[in-house]
This record gives sequence, C-alpha cells and structure tokens, in this order.
Amino acid sequence: MDLAIALALQIIYGIANLVLISLGLAIIFGMMRVINLAHGEFIMLGGYVVVISTNHGVNLWFAMLILAPVVVGLIGVIVERLLIRHLYGRMVDTLLATWGLSLVLIGLITTIFGAQTATTISAPLGAVPIGEYSTSGYELFLIAVAIVLSVVVYLALKFTRIGLVARGTMQAADMASALGVSTSKVYAITFGVGAAVSGFAGALLAPLTGVLPTIGATYIAKAFITVISGGTAILAGTTSASVLLGGINGIVSFGIGPTMGEVALLVAAVILLRLMPRGITGRIFRKSL
Amino acid sequence: MTGEIVLETRNLSQHFGGVVAVDRVNFTLWDAELRCLIGPNGAGKSTFFKCLTGQLSPTEGDVVIRDFHAGGREPHEVARLGVGIKTQVPNVFDGLSVEENVWLAARRWQGAKRAKVLTDETLERLVLGDIRNDLVGVLAHGQRQWVELGMVVAAEPWLVLLDEPTAGMTQEEVLRTADLIKEINQTATMIVVEHDMQFIRMIANQVTVFHEGRILIEDTMDAVARDQRVRDVYLGHRQQ
Amino acid sequence: MIRSRETRWSLFAAAVGVVFLFAAPQVFELFTIINLTTVLALAILALSLALVWGYGGILCFGQTMFFGLGAYAYTIAAINIGETTAPIFIAIFVAAAFAAILGYFIFYGRVSDVYLAVITLTVTLIFYSLLRSTSGPEYKIGNALLGGFNGVTSPPLNIPGDPSNVLYPEDMFYVAMAALILAYLFCVWLTQTHFGRVMVAIRENELRAELLGYDIRLYKLALFAIGGGIAGMAGVLFANGIGRVTPDIFNLYNTALTIIWVIVGGRGTLIGPVLGAIALFYLTSGLGTQASINNNLVLGIILIVFVLLVPRGILPGVIGIWDRAQSRSKLLRSEKRMRRRRAPRRPEQEAANDG
Repeated sequence: MDLAIALALQIIYGIANLVLISLGLAIIFGMMRVINLAHGEFIMLGGYVVVISTNHGVNLWFAMLILAPVVVGLIGVIVERLLIRHLYGRMVDTLLATWGLSLVLIGLITTIFGAQTATTISAPLGAVPIGEYSTSGYELFLIAVAIVLSVVVYLALKFTRIGLVARGTMQAADMASALGVSTSKVYAITFGVGAAVSGFAGALLAPLTGVLPTIGATYIAKAFITVISGGTAILAGTTSASVLLGGINGIVSFGIGPTMGEVALLVAAVILLRLMPRGITGRIFRKSL
Repeated sequence: MTGEIVLETRNLSQHFGGVVAVDRVNFTLWDAELRCLIGPNGAGKSTFFKCLTGQLSPTEGDVVIRDFHAGGREPHEVARLGVGIKTQVPNVFDGLSVEENVWLAARRWQGAKRAKVLTDETLERLVLGDIRNDLVGVLAHGQRQWVELGMVVAAEPWLVLLDEPTAGMTQEEVLRTADLIKEINQTATMIVVEHDMQFIRMIANQVTVFHEGRILIEDTMDAVARDQRVRDVYLGHRQQ
Repeated sequence: MIRSRETRWSLFAAAVGVVFLFAAPQVFELFTIINLTTVLALAILALSLALVWGYGGILCFGQTMFFGLGAYAYTIAAINIGETTAPIFIAIFVAAAFAAILGYFIFYGRVSDVYLAVITLTVTLIFYSLLRSTSGPEYKIGNALLGGFNGVTSPPLNIPGDPSNVLYPEDMFYVAMAALILAYLFCVWLTQTHFGRVMVAIRENELRAELLGYDIRLYKLALFAIGGGIAGMAGVLFANGIGRVTPDIFNLYNTALTIIWVIVGGRGTLIGPVLGAIALFYLTSGLGTQASINNNLVLGIILIVFVLLVPRGILPGVIGIWDRAQSRSKLLRSEKRMRRRRAPRRPEQEAANDG
C-alpha cells in the first residue's frame, strides 16, 4: 500500500514536472503557432536568476516565486520586440531565429559565468515519510505549484481581457487581427508571459538539478513532445499530453528504468501524432482552452 | 439521359463543426457530359467539388467514380483514375517554368519521350509557347489559370473537374477558355463549377444549381434560366 | 536554359573536387590532410541536408541523428564482424531504414513543417540521452561495449576482402574526398531525374503535385530515406576521421551546426551548404583556440543575422547578383548598339523622340 502511494506520487510528480517545463512553451505555441526553440534557455535563465540572487543574499522563495519570472519575462518581451516581431507569419524563419537566440543565450551565459557553475542550492522542505517509504517535500510542493499554475492560467484565459483575446487568437489567428485587436501587442505580452512561466519553471527546478549553461537541452525534448502532442489548446493540450506521456514515462521508468521511460514517452508521442497529426486537442477537446 | 454513369455521389454530406456545407447530395454524371454546377456564394458547390477531388473527406456518404469509391481517398488516388482537376485558386508551381509545369503533368502518365511531345503539343494548343521559359510565379493571374488548364490537358484525362476556371480572366481569355472547354469535352466528360452566368451560357447544356448545400434544380440551361426559384436564389428576392 | 547552366556548374564543382583530391596531399601538411577526413564527413552531412531540406523542402532538424546512427552502426558492426566493408553498407542501411520508419510516421501522418522539425530534433536529443546512459557493462551489442558518454573506439577502414590491411589516416582522405565527389554527383543526378523534379514540384506546391496524381507522401519518404542514407555514410567517414563515436554526435550543438551550414550556404543549392560546412568548420576551430569567444555565441549570431538579413544564403545571393550584373551588361551593350544606330540623327530629333 505504501509502495503504491509512493509510486503514484512519483508518477504524479512526473506529470507535474512535464506541465511545469511545457506550459511556457505551450502558451507561446497556442497563441503564435511558433515553437520557441530558445525555450530551454528561458528555463536555464530562471535557474541562474535564483542561484545568483540567493548567492547575493536574496531570500530563496522570493527569488523563485517573484524575481525569476519577472526577470525572464522581461527578457522575453525584449526578445520579442527586437527579434520575433520582424518575422511574423514566417514560421520557419521564426523557428530558426529562436534557435539562434538559444545559441546566443548559451554563449552569453557561458562567457559570463563559465561552463560549470559550482554553487548549488539544496532543495528546501526536507523529506516526508509515507509508511516505510519517504518522498521529497519539495516534490510535493512542485505538484501543488503545477496545479495552482494551471488553475491560474485557466482563470486568466477565462476571465481576463487578454485571456479573451488569447482564446480568440487560439481559435482563429486571422480573425482576431480582423477584429482590430493589436496582434503586435498581444504577441509581445504572450511571449513575455510564456518566457516568465518558463523562467518560473527553471527557478523551481534549479534546487533539484543545479544550473549549467546547456541545461536547457535536457528539458526541451520532453517539452516539445508534450506541447505538439497536446496541440494548440494551451491548457487542455498541455495537461492531457502531460498526463498521458508522464503516466507512460512513470510506469515504464518504474518497470524497466528511466532511460526506457524516456524512449517509451517518445514512441508514444510519435504514434499519437500519426493518429492525431494536430495533437490531442486538434482531434478531441477542440473547443477547450 | 443515355450512356454510362461515370460519377455519382450518394447522400454526400460535409459538415464543418455545426455548419452543413453539403447536405445529402445525390448527384449523377453521365459519360461525355459537360455539366455546369452553379449557385450563389456559399451554396456549397466548392465544398462539393473538394469532396469529389479528395481534398476533403466527406462527413457522410460516398463518391463513386466508375467503380472506384473515392470518398475520403487522397487527391492523388482520385487523380490516378485519369481525372484532371483544376482548383479555384490557381495551384501551379510558381518557382518552375511554364514548360516544366506542363511537363510534370504529362510525365506522370507517359515515358520521357512521349511526355516531351505532349508538352510541346499542349504549349502550342494553349498558345503558351512564347512564355514557355518564364517562371509561372511572375505571370498574370489569367495566364496562371491557363498554365493550370495546360497541366490538366497534358495529362490527357477522361474526366475533367474545373473549379471557376475563368476567375480573374480578361473577356478575351474567357472566350478562349470557353472554346478550350468545348474542345476538351470532345474527349472527356466534364464538370465545371462557375458562378459567372455569362460564361455558363457559352458552354453549358446541362446545369445543376446548388443552394444551401443541396441541389435546387437540374435541367437544361434554358429551363434553369427561366426557373423562378433560381432567379430568387440569385437575386435574393425571397427572404429566408 | 537555367537547368543546363546548373549542370555545367555542378560538373565544374566536381572537377575542382577531383583536382583537390590529387593536389591536396602534395600541398598540405600531414596533419591537415588527416583532419580533412572529418571535415569532408561533415561536408557530406551538409550535402544530405541540402538535398532533403534545400531541394525537398523537408525541414529536418535532426539530420545528425542519421549521421550518428551511421557512425554507431558502422563501429558496432565492424567490431563484431572483424572487417569494415560490410559495415559500411550496414551503416548506410541502418540510417536509411530508420529515416524511412520515422518518415512513415511523419509523412503519412501528414504532420506540418514545424512539427516535423520539432519531432526530428526531439528524436535526435533522445538518442543523445539514451546513449549517454549506456555506460554500464550490461550495455553491449555483441562484442561492442557502448560505453556511455565515452563512446566506442571505431576500427579504421580496411581494404575490401583483406581485414589485416588497414588504411592509414592519410589514406582516408582519398576515400572521404572520393565519397564527397560521388555523393555530390549522385545528388546532382537525382535532382535532374523525374523523381528530383517531382520533389521540387512538391516543394513548390504540394496540392498541385497531388492533383497531378503524385503520391507526395511516398516521394517525401523516399527522399528522406535517401538523405538519411547519405548522412549515414558521412557518419562512417566521421567515425574514421575521429577514431571514436560518442553520444555528442547527437547533441544540440551539432544539430544546430547542420542547420547553420544550410542557411549560410543557401537553401536550394547543393554545393552551397557543402562549402558552408567547410568554412564554418575552420571558422569555429579557429575561434575554439581563443578561449574568450564562445562558439555558441558566434554561431547563434550568424544564424540570427542570416535569417533576418540574408535569408537565401550566400550562394543564391551571389548567383542573384551575378545574374543582375549579367543582364545589366547585356542591357548596356544593347544600349550602346542603339546609340550607335541613333548617332547620325540630329540632336533635336532625338529630343523630340524622348519627349
């Protein structure tokens, strides 16, 4: 029984982890139909904000919950203004430019802070016992954060003006601009929010993984697969794909090993896309958020 | 009507979300016919056309071309039956020359030698010889339409489906197109979707009128032109 | 007309390659020659992506996966078989077959451009993490220990049928250069065939190609597999050039490199990306010795600048300028002729004509 609970928690954590690392990417993809290849570097930057600011005496929770999303969000807005907006409607070029951005960010961070970063921060909140087993309190916290974050995105999409515009854009991008919505402004905000959420995820994960200039690469494969499997509906897509893929990953990881877990996740996603080329929400839950 | 049925639809329906664009249409086309499909904008004729050509997979019902069940098949499978298709928006290879465009159509069915001959013949027949080396992307709209017609002709189809072949053409080009269509009809059965009534008068004998996703009337051009319902539909007299 | 000019230039490029094949060992130092095998392997990889992406319009962000698979397949097969001729073909087959399987899911599922890019990139990164985690003694294929992030030592090529007669590193240059020339000529030939022209047609307009009766899924799948096979062959040469295969072949940096070669060299040409790969190799290895400048930074800036300012790449840009200059000089010449003809006229008559 205790084993079952511990295992279930592990799988739920895997799902929550996918939601966290994918949601920022999903926001940008859902609104702009653009896969941001610098997504991993936004996560990386979030981690660096936390490590550097706590080294300078900033409170860990403040750094993770406030500082990282704000800083990375601002970087996102700047990037959109300087780079992305020159490439509206050129999907492939946008993809390539964000890849260039990814390399530039890796290069900049490496130049400034070096290829290795020695300082790490340990995960707060200690261990929580479950009968004979124990689980990390911080992982439980991350599960809660993933749920809260999803609820916040849901409420923002449902009840705010920008959310309304976002929903319009998700259904039909041309229509929204025809209605006189300033798509340029919407895109800038979208990119900023997406970057902020990615930075937030990176900040939260930094205590578990440490930080490296190239750490983004370890997240993007999973994040990309989750988002394109989910389709363009930001929340329904990310959560349904996270549950499906995270579940498969968790079960196979437990049964065979973590590497095969990743392979199973990928194989499942490729088969899914053969059956539903526009992702889960391209086929079912079409009217969802 | 006499002869063999070459194309029919059975209860063909196409829904987009809650919108019913084509509503249980039963349509029959006989061998050697030149049939015009007309109807006001939004009547469902273009959607119907896309179902015939495999560009859309019908929600319900079937399309049968000779013995082949074409409903929900891929466009290339329909084309492989020997069906020549021209879409509403000119679909041509903009980065290739006029000659290469036509050659690609001919070469699909023929060996290299015969394809070359067929390409030359087609270019001559459609008076495209002078611009054969020009890139299609730089041509005027009407010329692009002609290049696409050339691609249809070069494949030597027995069934030809044209969606608004005269859109964007000058008056002179329209007249030439009418002649060309009659010429193609010597060897092929045809469906032409149009909303330009002037043009239809030039070519049509048998006309099918679409309205709100269904067939309103099917008769000779003269009978259709006299029909009060058709006038209402086109002029919008009757308020819905 | 355009086509015959292309053929002429392609043959010229191949001829330059042949001259280089024989001249280089006379001109360069041994170290440079040995190093060239690796560079040429990368150039063939660039060629494969130029074919798949530049010609076929298939936005593959994971061409290094077939390259890496070829390198690993060659190495593992060579260790197990004890000679290297069959492993070359095994490597090409494995890479092409994997491309075909992946391509089946992608093309028959009709996933879009952006999805295709992301899927191919993701599969490559999964190979990276998968092979990195194979450091234990239990991860072996036959006699070949996969060795995790340290990778596997690759046996050098031997003369076909004579496993004890192993090629020296400097001999490998001839093999690699010959392979590049042959692969290039093969690609040029392919683009001139009916198949190649249909691929261009599909790149230009998928729907029209379908309406002509071409099964575009099959064509794309075939091109993707051919490109995969060529990349696999490049992987064999790379394994020989480096003497070892490691999971780093599959990492994000190398994948980005292949994309940058094609962007810089120019989409739609075959030789452009090949030259791009060679130029960027020497640029980055030159920079690599200067610790203060980071390669990622330089490559990232190059990529952004090209996407924003030179989206067609260098070679098509140069061809465009050349064509404009040609037509201008033609225009000038005809103007001169006109002027000569007009010369006897009286000035006021000319003014009247101008008005």
